[in-house]
Amino acid sequence: MTRMGLSAAMIAGLWMGAMTSAWALEPEQQARYQSLVHQLRCLVCQNQSIAESNADLANDLREQVRTQIEAGRSDQEILDYMSDRYGDFVLYKPPLERKTIVLWVGPFLILLLAAFIAWRSGRRTAKSEPSAPDQERLRRLLERENP
Amino acid sequence: MRYLIPIALVIVLVGFLAVGLKLDPRKVPSPLVGKPMPAFSLPSLDGSRTIDDAALRGRPLLINYWASWCRPCLEEHPLMMQLAARSDVNIVGINYKDSRADAQRWLARHGNPFGEIAQDVEGAAGLDWGVYGVPETFVIDAGGSIVYKQIGPMTVHDWQTEVAPRLGVRP
Repeated sequence: MTRMGLSAAMIAGLWMGAMTSAWALEPEQQARYQSLVHQLRCLVCQNQSIAESNADLANDLREQVRTQIEAGRSDQEILDYMSDRYGDFVLYKPPLERKTIVLWVGPFLILLLAAFIAWRSGRRTAKSEPSAPDQERLRRLLERENP
Repeated sequence: MRYLIPIALVIVLVGFLAVGLKLDPRKVPSPLVGKPMPAFSLPSLDGSRTIDDAALRGRPLLINYWASWCRPCLEEHPLMMQLAARSDVNIVGINYKDSRADAQRWLARHGNPFGEIAQDVEGAAGLDWGVYGVPETFVIDAGGSIVYKQIGPMTVHDWQTEVAPRLGVRP
């Protein structure tokens, strides 16, 4: 085999290796696999899901998701398996509990606070009509400019 | 007076940001702390026998995940060697995703701080331990529970402030 033929075969082999994990599943399992690997966060490259990450560990975790789907585990069981080992950090959608309450409720509280401040400052501007001495001064100034 | 609320908000925000800056996002707290160490059964590095979790119970110890390809493992290695020389510290190494030959060469070159070494070639046990990078060091109490997880190379400061007190030895 020529050297080029050999490296082409090696590249094809690598590519197939990367693809096999998706090929072995039924269409319905395949859909679950896709949904799960997008819900799980990679611990190595932290702003990627394990679907996007090329890290070795992400590969292992994808493999784990695939074998567990094949073994008939439910989505929740697979997510629990991951969070039992790596913590809520791996879940892009963390559960609502005491530790995460700020995370879930915080944005709404801030929105409420912002709405309140907007409402108050709106009321203040509405109230601030020019007062009587101001009116008088305004009239004089206008008269001076357009006699 | 009218700036009171905005100023308060800015102070709160700066507080959050200041705390956020000091947190290391690469250190993900392990849910395994406080729980028994996961069951495992791995071959020893020399291949002569099997090491499992039951065999490690009964005395406090450090379990250190390392690999010959791991650059930061060399950073903590001098400290590991120092600790290995002490009679009150037991370190068990788990060689992670490595080849036997590479691991043995590394130990021959840099020194072996481990009382026992298990080999986790596929990283399957590592998954159960929640390992996501090497080195990681677990402090195990005499009952076989994980009391602390050191993520990344252990510094002398980590050893003195976090690890030694939990292991129950003088720093």
